[in-house]
Amino acid sequence: MNFSKVKTTILAGAMVFGLGVGQSSAETLKYAFQGSLKSLDPYSLNETFTLGFLGNVYEGLIRRGPDLNIQPALATSWEVLEPTKWRFHLRRGVKFHNGNDFNADDVIFSADRVRAEGSDLTTRIPKDAKFVKVDDHTVDVILTSANPILHYEWGTWSIIDKEWAEANDSVKVTSASDDNATKISLEANGTGPFKITKHDVGVSTSLVPNNGWWDTPKHNLTKIEFTTIASDATRVAALLSGDLDMVYPIPVQDLKRVDSNDGTRALIGPELRTIFLGMDQIRDELLESNIKGKNPFKDVRVRKAFYQAINIEAIKKKVMRDLADPSSIMISPFLFSNSGDFVRYPYDVAASKALLTEAGYPDGFEVGMDCPNDRYVNDEAICQAVTAMLAKAGIKVNLNAQPKSKYFAKVLASNSFETSFFLLGWTPGSLDSWNVISNLHGCRDEKGKGSPFNLGGYCNPKVDELAKQILVENDPAKRDGLITEAFRITTDEVAYIPLHQQGLAWGVSDKITLEQRADNQFMMYYVTKN
Amino acid sequence: MLAFMIRRVFQSVIVMFVVALISFLLFRFVGDPVNQMVGIETTPEQRDALRVQLGLNDPVLTQFWRFIMGAVQLDFGTSYQFKQSVAAMIGKRAPATLELSLISAVFATVVGIPMGVYTGLKRDSWLSKMFLTVSLVGISLPTFLIGILFIFVFAVQFQVLPSFGRGEVVDLGYWNTGLLTASGLKALILPSITLGLFQMTLIMRLVRSEMLEVMRTDYIKFARARGLTRRAVNFGHALKNTLVPVITITGLQLGSVIAFAIITETVFSWPGMGLLFLNSVQNVDIPIMAAYLMLIGFLFVTINLIVDLLYVAVDPRIRVTGVEL
Repeated sequence: MNFSKVKTTILAGAMVFGLGVGQSSAETLKYAFQGSLKSLDPYSLNETFTLGFLGNVYEGLIRRGPDLNIQPALATSWEVLEPTKWRFHLRRGVKFHNGNDFNADDVIFSADRVRAEGSDLTTRIPKDAKFVKVDDHTVDVILTSANPILHYEWGTWSIIDKEWAEANDSVKVTSASDDNATKISLEANGTGPFKITKHDVGVSTSLVPNNGWWDTPKHNLTKIEFTTIASDATRVAALLSGDLDMVYPIPVQDLKRVDSNDGTRALIGPELRTIFLGMDQIRDELLESNIKGKNPFKDVRVRKAFYQAINIEAIKKKVMRDLADPSSIMISPFLFSNSGDFVRYPYDVAASKALLTEAGYPDGFEVGMDCPNDRYVNDEAICQAVTAMLAKAGIKVNLNAQPKSKYFAKVLASNSFETSFFLLGWTPGSLDSWNVISNLHGCRDEKGKGSPFNLGGYCNPKVDELAKQILVENDPAKRDGLITEAFRITTDEVAYIPLHQQGLAWGVSDKITLEQRADNQFMMYYVTKN
Repeated sequence: MLAFMIRRVFQSVIVMFVVALISFLLFRFVGDPVNQMVGIETTPEQRDALRVQLGLNDPVLTQFWRFIMGAVQLDFGTSYQFKQSVAAMIGKRAPATLELSLISAVFATVVGIPMGVYTGLKRDSWLSKMFLTVSLVGISLPTFLIGILFIFVFAVQFQVLPSFGRGEVVDLGYWNTGLLTASGLKALILPSITLGLFQMTLIMRLVRSEMLEVMRTDYIKFARARGLTRRAVNFGHALKNTLVPVITITGLQLGSVIAFAIITETVFSWPGMGLLFLNSVQNVDIPIMAAYLMLIGFLFVTINLIVDLLYVAVDPRIRVTGVEL
């Protein structure tokens, strides 16, 4: 059915029912995502979708452009006066949606609030950083130690209006355990390009442009309607039928259909999340293995044998249908300039077997594997492929794939890292290597102290030392050198087995143009519709 | 009679208590809600603090007691994901589910009864055979498959009906309805047919077999012998007598239509209670799950209670012995 015919049908339908055609005017963007908007309080949940959505309503001192470069937003410029003292010049004449002026008090208020109890975004600002008001449009940040990436995560640190929050009993962060919803969790008052007009919790949210926005809008939208559609098939059908202009994510098996359909296209690109396998290297005996009295994963040869048994190209082609970029390190090449220096250990079953023999396991061994089945793109299928590949090297993997709610309850620190071999994904929130090195590679104790997300417990004091230096090194070239050194060590020691960066898959109607950001945040102010 | 009623009500309360207990125990196995409530970078200390605040570290009995005490006062707590009163959220979603269930029940009866009558009267016509074949499909194909098929045919291929949602909804205070707008009515068509197809088949087959039965009875023969018109015999005498079991079944089925709307609501992204429930299962939102299960339990218990009491009113033998049912 061609497009004009569709239009006629719709028009005829509208006429028959005598309903306004104006509601489906050309500039209404209708889109759907798989998950729902949990709370409108920008500090309640550190999750890509929520932060991305609210990034259209609220703004930070900086923002990220289409290719994730840092742009000035509510701060027009900033300078590092001393290594531990930063000065931010705030944009003048900016107003919140309710008409209040934006000034230094709002920044200081937001800095306190984002670090307050109940906030899920406490990592945005170092705990001991002091915010000092110089004048109404200048703020100094005093640090206890140098931090070259201080502002990296500030694109998702929304500035809240102090007066509004105080007047509406919303000073306290709407925490995950709160009993009643505060105003800020149901309404929004930002400085951003769109205003929320209607928020039907868990179902749909409507926005209209903020005409008083300080920046020149690139979009031509007059209204936005967001809906949650959890079912994959329904979401795809809603796009194909023309009911929606944009939906994401598209399941990999439907990409072809979306692309070949008249009037829609699949927009794919590399995402920042790295999917990897981890191994318990801290216990003296694995929890789930037939090897007793010792832990085979403590031997680097075993870890390397696992690595080389994995046919990453097959996973890319068969499981991910080409929607993945095999990765040689634990961070997206997009986020680390020297990543080209690293190559994957080649897929080689013979070498893998030889390594296992050398390590004293000529007949392989048995190990349990934990895997989520609803968290990452085709996560369970990847684990099944890995299981089959390792079988060829003589390793018998007992796969335990479960929903994320069960999976995370089992493997995280709260359950004492009860896993021997697992699949996990990680996106550095700061878009920087330090986050990866410190969160995934730092030494930790059994409780997780030190590096709580290092589930396998890999530890090398040299890497810890490098992480400390990276954190305070202000010179970019030197810093990259240190990062390379750290990744060199962790790669040589096979701290993890990186698999790939999974792909973004958005379904887009030909009626709209947009920018696809690698962090999977959908910024509606880049959308034009005709 | 009074003793019987009191006993029945008392039994219903016990059933509700058991439903609460079982559902509460089930939640121990759905996973850890805290991991669904925070981002990945939240430290273990913060997670533990949250667990304490939510009372998840308390003994199971304490938690169960708290839950029962709340439930008795119709307070089901706050949703973990949305930080809103669960009772209010379910109340807001209920109209969508009830409208859908009601329309599909109407569809099932309005279409099912005439089809049943026709197939009962004209057993050998080709149309009857077609109806029966179609009804076989309605009984054997799972709801989600039928829903997806409908979407692909009517929304994607012919683009005449919306593929998801409720369309435009009019807010009437305590109730929001899609029955007053064109887009709302259009949006109802596919989901209500999907949901009602099974019931329609059931009613059609029931009416058909009842009709076949009734048509053989003496009073129909007698009515014919009196020279009454065909229409008077078929509808005035025959159909009337088939309706008693049909009404019973339809009434009883209404409960399951509401409960099984979960699948239809998921396929059509219909913003009702079922979709809310499924979403909360994925996110381990225990307060919503608990409240929904209690609500459905209550619905079934109430319907059964009413049916029991009606039987007592209708059948004098029960009144005497009291507990035979």
